[in-house]
Amino acid sequence: MTDPAPAPHLEARGLGVRFPGGVQALSGLDLVVRRGELLALIGPSGCGKSTLLRVAAGLAPPSEGGLTVAGEAPARARARRAVAFVFQDPTLLPWRSLHQNVRLPLELARVPLAEQNAAADAALALVGLSEFAAAAPAALSGGMKMRASLARALVTRPELLLLDEPFGALDELTRERLNDELLRLWERDRFTALAVTHSVAEAVLLGDRVVVLSGRPGRVVADIAVALPRPRRAALVGSPEFAAIAAEVRARLRAAAPPDPSDLLART
Amino acid sequence: MSLASAARAALPPLLVFLAFLGLWQLACSVLALPAYLVPTPAEVAREAAAHLDQLAEAALLTALGALGGLGASLVVGGLVAVLFSQSQVAARSLYPYAIFLQTVPIVAVAPLIVVWFGTGLQSVILTAAILSVFPIITNGTTGLVRVDPQLLELFAMSDASRLQLLLKLRLPGSLPYFVAGAKISGGLAVIGAIVGEFFAGFGADDLGLGALILQTSGRLQTAYLFAAIFAATLLGLLLFGAVALLGELALRRWRGRELAVH
Repeated sequence: MTDPAPAPHLEARGLGVRFPGGVQALSGLDLVVRRGELLALIGPSGCGKSTLLRVAAGLAPPSEGGLTVAGEAPARARARRAVAFVFQDPTLLPWRSLHQNVRLPLELARVPLAEQNAAADAALALVGLSEFAAAAPAALSGGMKMRASLARALVTRPELLLLDEPFGALDELTRERLNDELLRLWERDRFTALAVTHSVAEAVLLGDRVVVLSGRPGRVVADIAVALPRPRRAALVGSPEFAAIAAEVRARLRAAAPPDPSDLLART
Repeated sequence: MSLASAARAALPPLLVFLAFLGLWQLACSVLALPAYLVPTPAEVAREAAAHLDQLAEAALLTALGALGGLGASLVVGGLVAVLFSQSQVAARSLYPYAIFLQTVPIVAVAPLIVVWFGTGLQSVILTAAILSVFPIITNGTTGLVRVDPQLLELFAMSDASRLQLLLKLRLPGSLPYFVAGAKISGGLAVIGAIVGEFFAGFGADDLGLGALILQTSGRLQTAYLFAAIFAATLLGLLLFGAVALLGELALRRWRGRELAVH
């Protein structure tokens, strides 16, 4: 377990985001992620989970309140390569080999080539893709592409990793394997991670805490500590302790979700 | 594509062509059409064989004009597309004039080109370029602008500069669009070169297919004229095929299975 009072790494205070069209994505959101913590974020679709990640990455500006990463503005933390983002899709460039894809963040930062290559080699080894360094993304399976995407995010050795439903499009087994992979990488490097997911089981498996957001505009409605021992692996999902926590998260999530129109019909 | 499947793909149009030749020959003998109006396929073939050297020379000259025009289109059209993708103002104020290139009656402008630039290859290339540049501009601009928003955010995470975005994301990402544009432009460049030669033909002993078509029609050498038209068609097909093949090879490399590591 983590120290009694580790420093906050990411801190949102009264955070609100309104899109130019007038849609209020987030409102009055307070959230603290401690250094080295793996936080799972779950909520009904359209609740602004992705928006929160984008604010934390400095890709979207807050309309009200504020959010800091390591005490500074997200864009500043990003500029010193301390923040990395794993997107929903692998977002690999098809005309580049895996190796060239993985080293891209360093290349864009104009890091010396030898350093780029060494870091890309290491990152590919970390996710077990060394022998596919020269392969084009088109030659790989969905799971391998997502692992390469993970390697690309880790190539800068970020302090904060933001994951936006990264394994949502994969089949069940591949997804399990990638969750194990992510847990292993996190246990090794202990970066701070904020992982958005729409799967309750995934949230409980990954998170030190599971934070439940309300429907739009999103705010924190529940913050559930996951007191399961680490290291965790996907096999844990079947255990009774796991099921108890998952049931609690599911109940809070159901309460947070806007009423389903079919329920209303059933009641009349 | 394997050789067998290529042969299978080529068979139906080939059969249509043979049937067409048969009907044509039949129509000529049944209707007893005079050869200066409609020569029989046999006469056209005889004439083509007799003037094979001139036809080949003319086709080569026209190919030079068309290739020059296509090359100019790729360079100029590519640069214009980059400009349009980088500046909303430039795109909005100049796009109507790009459309003008598409709608201008090339037969009306070609004489003007000859007045300004004289007869000869440079005017032929210019005509071919004017006719073939538009697909490069539109396809290229679309390819440069239409980028996966997640990829833009990926580059934003690294605070990529505009130039890095252009060189490492937009330009390589737009290759399929430029290839599609070049395929259309290839055929247009041949038409442009032939129209150009109508007006800017190279003088009596240096004829391209366009000038040859004009000369043989003037002298009522109808069978020779037909042969020249077939040569022009063949040239268009060849150029289209060459561009399509090169494009396919480039795209195959683009999404290649094995790429260099460093």
